[in-house]
Amino acid sequence: MKFTINGQSYDAEPDVRTSVLDLLREHVGLTGSKKGCDHGQCGACTVLINGRRVNSCLTLAVMHQDDEITTIEGLGTPDNLHPLQAAFVAHDGYQCGYCTPGQICSAVGMLDEAKKGWASHVSDDLSSSDLSDTEISERMSGNICRCAAYPNIVDAIREVAEA
Amino acid sequence: MKTFTYEKAATAEAAVSDTAATTRFIAGGTNLLDLMKLQVETPEKLVDISRLPLGEIEDMDDGGLRIGALVPNSDLAADPRVTSRYEVLSRALLAGASGQLRNKATTGGNLLQRTRCYYFYDTSMACNKRKPGSGCSAIGGFNRILAILGTSDQCIATHPGDMPVAMRALDATIVTLKHDGDKRRISIHDFYRLPGDTPDIETVLEPGELITHVELPAPPAGAKQLYRKVRDRASYAFALVSVAGVVTVEEGTITSAALAFGGLGPMPWRNPAVEAALVGQAPSDEVFGVAADALLADAHGYGSNDFKIPLARRTLIASLRELTGE
Repeated sequence: MKFTINGQSYDAEPDVRTSVLDLLREHVGLTGSKKGCDHGQCGACTVLINGRRVNSCLTLAVMHQDDEITTIEGLGTPDNLHPLQAAFVAHDGYQCGYCTPGQICSAVGMLDEAKKGWASHVSDDLSSSDLSDTEISERMSGNICRCAAYPNIVDAIREVAEA
Repeated sequence: MKTFTYEKAATAEAAVSDTAATTRFIAGGTNLLDLMKLQVETPEKLVDISRLPLGEIEDMDDGGLRIGALVPNSDLAADPRVTSRYEVLSRALLAGASGQLRNKATTGGNLLQRTRCYYFYDTSMACNKRKPGSGCSAIGGFNRILAILGTSDQCIATHPGDMPVAMRALDATIVTLKHDGDKRRISIHDFYRLPGDTPDIETVLEPGELITHVELPAPPAGAKQLYRKVRDRASYAFALVSVAGVVTVEEGTITSAALAFGGLGPMPWRNPAVEAALVGQAPSDEVFGVAADALLADAHGYGSNDFKIPLARRTLIASLRELTGE
């Protein structure tokens, strides 16, 4: 099977049961995406598939041979950080860091959704996608931070949203 | 996870060719794969329908909307035709799951979401829905999240969805393709089955039958729409009680009412007696109380979910105040 991950082509032969998360971590050595709950509850495994944020633990690799998968490794490098990576550093948006790759991939997808005009559960007006702190928290509720670095995560995302 | 064979369906007709009880369709997979990891579901074959051309939302001639079964929850919630004409549906979708899950979960799959009953998920416990004839550990167990309406002595599971509750209030029709190639149109009011003594059978779908579309009739002109969800967390939690409402008030009188409920029963719940108590009346807490009496006349608590009976009453009354207010 062929997979396109962060713009590169990879050959791998995962078992049909293999999730996209296990493909990334166990078959192609991209360990930035993290396994938390493995049931779509914690968001640590969030990646972008064709630009949309999804839980990589809850989708089969075999179903994504024609798709473009983007992981935390594809967003930036230590020398050239993605604006959200830089903002998480600047605002100390983590403690242990385990949820951070998922938080950042999720935030990339979330900001794109807001740019498209998507409302959220807390939006008074369904045609509005202005990002207040309450909006950011609601839209990021699929990413759990066990260290509870939430205030700084919201600060980091707000800075990029307003840039 | 037990292994399985995987097939990608080239057409809808090819997808429905296999009627084996051990075959499952997979599209978003957010519920099915979760259950397969726990071996609650152990299909021998998965038919991947995710690339079938069922991802469009189209206007219908009568002012309604035709939604492809593969439209993701997030796209449906954000569609301008849905946000402007079917606010209750957008609100219900946005109240469910997380951004990541809504991006993957599909319209057809969401209708078939399985219960979140703890005992259904735990393969070491008795569950008539998972293993017919094994008993029900939820009755007499931890049943705080479970049903108070439509239960049987075999099963007290709740349907966990939000989207289907809104669709019941909107009188949706589910369009399917059957194994023999026939298309079938099923009212959402006839789609789900009560548990009775076969809680493992949840819908009227036949083996191999594929949901291809959901059709919504035009909403009543001038109606107010609302989805109110009460849950243990402010976000990313299943409903304890939810209300989807589409209500019209003209010159101080309620002229139409469609009310559906989540978190209370084994299916998105709707009871014409609730609406009959409202239509033709002037809005008041007394009238709303009569509607709540009608909703809860046959309600039965199982101990830790007894609180849902007063909670459903209060949530309905609060929803009706909002739906009929200025």
